[in-house]
Amino acid sequence: MSDTPIISCRGVTRHFGGLVANDSIDLDVRRGEILGLIGPNGAGKSTLFNLIAGAFPVSAGTIAFDGRDITPLPAAKRCQLGIARTYQVPRSFDSMSVVENVTVGAFVRYAGVLQARAKALDVLDYVGLGNYADTSAADLTPPQKRRLEVARALATEPKLLLLDEVLTGLTPSEAAAGVDLIRKVRQSGVTVVMVEHVMEVVMPLVDRAVVLHLGKTLAEGLPRDVVRDEKVIAAYLGDRHRAA
Amino acid sequence: MTTQAFLQVIASGLLMGLIYALIAVGLSLIFGLMDVVNFAHGEFLMLAMYATFGLVFTTALDPVLLAPLVVALMFVLGVAVYAGIIRFAMRAKANPGMVQIFATFGLALLIQGLAQYFFTPDYRNIANTWLGGKTLNLGGVFLPWPQIFGGAVSLAVFGGLYWLITRTDFGKALEATREDQGAVALVGIDRNRVFALGWGLGAALVGIAGAVLAIFYYIHPQVGGTFALIAYVTVALGGFGSIFGALVAGVIVGLVEALTTLILPASLKSIGVYSLYLLVLFIRPSGLFGRL
Amino acid sequence: MSVSTATSSMTTFVAGRRRQLIVALVVFALIALVPRLVSDVYMMNVLILTLLFAALSQSWNLLGGYCGQVSLGHALYFGIGAYATSLLYVKFGITPWGGLLAGGILAALIALALGYPSFRLKGHYFSIATIVIAEIGLLLFHNWDYAGAALGIQWPFTPDSWWTLQFARNKAPYFYFALGLFAVTWLVTFAIVESKWGYWWRAVKDNADAAESLGVTIFQSKMAAAAISAFFTAVGGGFYAAFVSYIDPDSVMHFRFSLLMALPAVLGGVGSLWGPAVGALILIPLAEFTRSYLGGSGSGLDLVIYGGLVMIVSLTRPEGILSFIKSPAASRAAT
Repeated sequence: MSDTPIISCRGVTRHFGGLVANDSIDLDVRRGEILGLIGPNGAGKSTLFNLIAGAFPVSAGTIAFDGRDITPLPAAKRCQLGIARTYQVPRSFDSMSVVENVTVGAFVRYAGVLQARAKALDVLDYVGLGNYADTSAADLTPPQKRRLEVARALATEPKLLLLDEVLTGLTPSEAAAGVDLIRKVRQSGVTVVMVEHVMEVVMPLVDRAVVLHLGKTLAEGLPRDVVRDEKVIAAYLGDRHRAA
Repeated sequence: MTTQAFLQVIASGLLMGLIYALIAVGLSLIFGLMDVVNFAHGEFLMLAMYATFGLVFTTALDPVLLAPLVVALMFVLGVAVYAGIIRFAMRAKANPGMVQIFATFGLALLIQGLAQYFFTPDYRNIANTWLGGKTLNLGGVFLPWPQIFGGAVSLAVFGGLYWLITRTDFGKALEATREDQGAVALVGIDRNRVFALGWGLGAALVGIAGAVLAIFYYIHPQVGGTFALIAYVTVALGGFGSIFGALVAGVIVGLVEALTTLILPASLKSIGVYSLYLLVLFIRPSGLFGRL
Repeated sequence: MSVSTATSSMTTFVAGRRRQLIVALVVFALIALVPRLVSDVYMMNVLILTLLFAALSQSWNLLGGYCGQVSLGHALYFGIGAYATSLLYVKFGITPWGGLLAGGILAALIALALGYPSFRLKGHYFSIATIVIAEIGLLLFHNWDYAGAALGIQWPFTPDSWWTLQFARNKAPYFYFALGLFAVTWLVTFAIVESKWGYWWRAVKDNADAAESLGVTIFQSKMAAAAISAFFTAVGGGFYAAFVSYIDPDSVMHFRFSLLMALPAVLGGVGSLWGPAVGALILIPLAEFTRSYLGGSGSGLDLVIYGGLVMIVSLTRPEGILSFIKSPAASRAAT
């Protein structure tokens, strides 16, 4: 495992009008780890997530991917370089079938439709949606749509996978299956950054946790240390949400 | 070119611009309210002109007196079109933008065809009106009275709209529906009613313009097309949904059109406006005052 | 289990594509028999125009139906093709075949130049901009003396020949050319639909942000759609000029052509392979017959029927007429 962090944020700041959502954040994501980005509501997790993904530009600061400055690059270019993301509320392409949805992602790496589609079918098997290839994406159940989101992102053969609250609102068995999938993805060499609210599920899964609060990093480290950090507990209690 | 001749051009451009603004504002209102562009707007104008003509013919009253009646008729038309057609167009789940474009385009063709069938393609005009053919001489600058009337009416209408939107309950309902269509239901505002009234108002506004134009312009089934494009350009230039934008853009369009005639032959007078329009939009994709 | 599902999905896919292609080729072959059955000149004219507009609408559909950019100014490219072909032939003696190619390339370049600023415009702003641009073109040609201004260009009377694309007596060659053009536009659409661009266009139409996050570079693919669409539209325009042998600004660049290219696709099914052809088959004969038999275009009845039809289809079945016939899964795959 190379020592350069796969993501390096320096002084990353983003404001919306008068509101400072991210305030001079420094963050490194280590290659091959599963990093949890947590914090109470309004902490700025989603904003940071979207900044790394390239959904909108930073107000100040730099973001480097694999040592390369990606701050000015748009989302599509970042995807080509190896960053893929999912959406909190799944945004499936409803006029297409499941395999077609995933094929869209595969086209970043494969030029011909037969190769892209073959790759898409592989990825669908990998995430467990193999039997639904020709189903219309609109007809999937919500947990299945989440899987489709992940499958689509994986089809782009990313080095970094950004998951936006992918385990929120799932039943315990669905969440367990989701955790298995994420572990499998990491095993294949992909770095994962997850924004999450569901502490009980996330803490056993991630290698490291970064807690954001009011736009700044509050704490960082192993999950078991972070949950016992007094500042973290105070931040969550203040929001009526206890860390596990 | 003498100062007077130049002032003549500016003045007539200004007046015509105010009239263009009046034609365009109904279109902008409807879009601002519900994100629908009425591609039959020109045909509404045409119908208002024919209505004026017909009423003058049957009652022998002056268009100036009949204008309120035309406006009322157009209001009813607007509500009817919403209730009978637009309401269904807005329910489309697939390709909603395209559905609106072609549903209203289809309507435009239908109305044009009906007008051609019932009224024949003959050009008509209203003779012997109070204002028609008379001009005001302001120090050597000759302003036709119909256009002066049109300009004054336009300003009055914009003033009235401003009052309506800022001071009345209906106006506030309009604004609220504009901002958040979903939430208004929660505060007891019936969205359908607001949309229907919005369409009525939009049609009524273009009805005023039609009554004014009928005083000095030839009336025929294709006349809507002539003004429609100017209206769309005006609205897009001012920014869809902005009433103030429609006023400003209308005046700009009128002036540019008039000034273009100083440099280019009359048949090319629209090129100045179109080029300006493209230039502005390429720099500012949502128009001067639009929010997109 | 998973391997066989994947393989069977692929085989179904490839087989489905092959079937669509074979059906199309059979249809083209059948259409090619028509000139042997029809001898009436008027009917032939209507059929030739139907095929031409099927091709034109098919090209429009690439940009409008698949890519979601509703252009209402395609008459510009039609006119450019018509004028380029006419000018090159009448003034320089260059064969219309060359003129068609030149017109097509010119139109594609213009589409790229215009696309650059206009694709930033959203929805209605874009459509209105296309109308305005075409109007500017119309006005310019009305005043361009070299191209005959309002009087237009008349093609000289020459003996029948494929070289000059002039056939005075037997119109069958025009029919075959129009059929060829339609077949080509159909095949191009068929190829693009199951290609990177086809998938990207559909993705952008469904959810532009999600598409971007998957590496879709929207702008370039729109430019490609615009260029291809403009190319074939201009070729159609050049053919039309050869067919009617006389053009003027209003006969090739008027707004009604823009509508005439868009409506068949809307009627038949936007974003579907056979939609534009089906729409053309209904609208063009309708236009011609109402024009001739219902007292000429002065009566307005053709507009009433058109307009009414378009309205009804848009409101009740925005996916187009074809969706009445196809099964839900097939039409969903095609939309």
